Amino acid sequence: MSSISIRELKLNFGSVEVLKQLDLEIEDGEFLVLLGPSGCGKSTLLNCIAGLLDATDGQIFIKGRNVTWEEPKDRGIGMVFQSYALYPQMSVKGNLSFGLRNQRMARDEIEQRVSRAAEMLQIEALLDRKPAALSGGQRQRVAIGRALVRDADVFLFDEPLSNLDAKLRSELRVEIKRLHARLANTMVYVTHDQIEALTLADRIAVMRHGIIQQLADPHTIYDRPANRFVAGFIGSPSMNFLDGNLVRNGSAAAFDLAGQRISVDGYRANGGDLNGGGTAVLGVRPEHVTIQAQSRPDQTIEATVDIEEPMGADSLQWLRVGDQQLSVRKRADVQHEPGSTVHLDFDLAKASLFDANSEQRL
Amino acid sequence: MSDLAVNAPAVAPETDVAAPRGPRPTRALSRRNIILYGTLIVVAVYYLLPLYVMIMTSLKGMPEIRLGNIFAPPLEMTFEPWVRAWAEACTGLNCDGLSRGFWNSVRITIPSVVVSIAIASVNGYALANWRFKGADAFFTILIFGAFIPYQVMIYPIVIILREMGLYTTLSGLVIVHSIFGMPILTLLFRNYFTSIPEELFKAARVDGAGFWGIYFKIMLPMSLPIFTVAVILQVTGIWNDFLFGVIYTKPDNYPMTVQLNNIVNSVQGVKEYNVNMAATILTGLVPLVIYFVSGKLFVRGIAAGAVKG
Repeated sequence: MSSISIRELKLNFGSVEVLKQLDLEIEDGEFLVLLGPSGCGKSTLLNCIAGLLDATDGQIFIKGRNVTWEEPKDRGIGMVFQSYALYPQMSVKGNLSFGLRNQRMARDEIEQRVSRAAEMLQIEALLDRKPAALSGGQRQRVAIGRALVRDADVFLFDEPLSNLDAKLRSELRVEIKRLHARLANTMVYVTHDQIEALTLADRIAVMRHGIIQQLADPHTIYDRPANRFVAGFIGSPSMNFLDGNLVRNGSAAAFDLAGQRISVDGYRANGGDLNGGGTAVLGVRPEHVTIQAQSRPDQTIEATVDIEEPMGADSLQWLRVGDQQLSVRKRADVQHEPGSTVHLDFDLAKASLFDANSEQRL
Repeated sequence: MSDLAVNAPAVAPETDVAAPRGPRPTRALSRRNIILYGTLIVVAVYYLLPLYVMIMTSLKGMPEIRLGNIFAPPLEMTFEPWVRAWAEACTGLNCDGLSRGFWNSVRITIPSVVVSIAIASVNGYALANWRFKGADAFFTILIFGAFIPYQVMIYPIVIILREMGLYTTLSGLVIVHSIFGMPILTLLFRNYFTSIPEELFKAARVDGAGFWGIYFKIMLPMSLPIFTVAVILQVTGIWNDFLFGVIYTKPDNYPMTVQLNNIVNSVQGVKEYNVNMAATILTGLVPLVIYFVSGKLFVRGIAAGAVKG
């Protein structure tokens, strides 16, 4: 049974279409990440699920119940915000219990739930403090706790880690993952940080311009992006895109890059026609290219060495092929003389070919 | 010399002992300071001198005042003018001084302030957080109201109050003050509530708080500075009001300002300058006290309310 079901959801702000005919099924207990650049509609979608924004058209179901017209409090959700949104005048305990007090829950029950959530998030010692006396990480724990005590079916996270520094972010990321493993609730998590998306998600929905570009598990998103946008958005350092042509090379198809050809035999096509010829874009991640000293016919491409960016464990080597640039990830201790010629071997099994016009994966 | 050498870092050359270190020394009588404090003192004297003359005059007897030395301190200090101003000065047939006007003003100011702020804060909250249909039109009309000179509306309001049977009553004046405070107060509160992060409001909605729940439990406790500003604006404005007081009430209900005017401008008998001065200071005392008590909060609130449009 799907936990959240969104059907033909549309939302307009005035004349601007923020969400366009959006369909999405989220499975029970799934961790779904909504990922996209700012302005893509991911937070808007989350606010619609929460009931904080009214949909222009379409339906939202949570646990099989049509909640399109329900108030946020009646939807069985807990929500965590980017700015923590803790009530500054209340103690941590007051913050955690505010929702329960609004439900007029019995005092014992409130007490019990608050202490359970506090224990789970290790904030028992902070219960009597005001939010102002907490660090950023502690505040976000309290904010998560506030969602936790509600015993919600669905947890909604709106960029919860964006206000934290890098170290805390990775700590809390692990903690959220652990929490999900323990509670097995459905979680919808909005972020623009691809690392968060790749590490946390069961499935990622990559969004742009109010449309879901691809909905798949992290591996598929990373290895077989549905189009050029997803390919460029995911991965750091980002994917190289090389313009060229698909040509016939004897009986097999090949990719022609400024006169040099490589065979596309190993390529895992999405059902696209590789033999049809025409212009195409080869997308390949820096770690899927290796620098060779020797050339091999139909396998390697000649390139000129440019600058190098050291990145600690490894380094990023920039190269030129004709008038196009690309980067290759390599071991930091291997040096190449700038201006010298090397041979590049592409791992076609992990590369992507996109139609130059539609930008869809072939 | 030897002491200095011990304290100086071992590597530093001896000539560096006197070299700059720590906070830069400042001269008390620099040119900048002279100009700065000189200007401040001159301006302060300019503004305080009238107050000084008023206080001195109010503490003198009439014979001493007739000597004409307005800056001289009283030779024989007397508080009689203050007593007369408060309890005995005559306006028309009443000879019970300003005390009657004082209590009228209290009875006008307190309900006006409470009612106008209560309504305006809810208005501002609704406009900032609950974007209902027509909210923008409503807000525009309200602000437009702030730009119409209120003299235009004096006579229509007289008619309205007469029809309601509230003309010349204190409650009528309270209503008038509450309405005229509405545009500026609503603007003030709306701007303040807009500056409170929206996510806080969203979180409260998810937590199941309704319109009033969010207002009382979340917004109000965060709004002390802006409420202080509103109270000061309203108390001083309403207390100092003369026009509405003289138009919409009758002599028994005149606020303090109107009564002060009647005392000072009375044409019968000798002009009692000392009583007039005492009466004027008494009337101005309430806003003055409010300013001094809440000055810091006032500045904070003004800044908070003014930032966002």
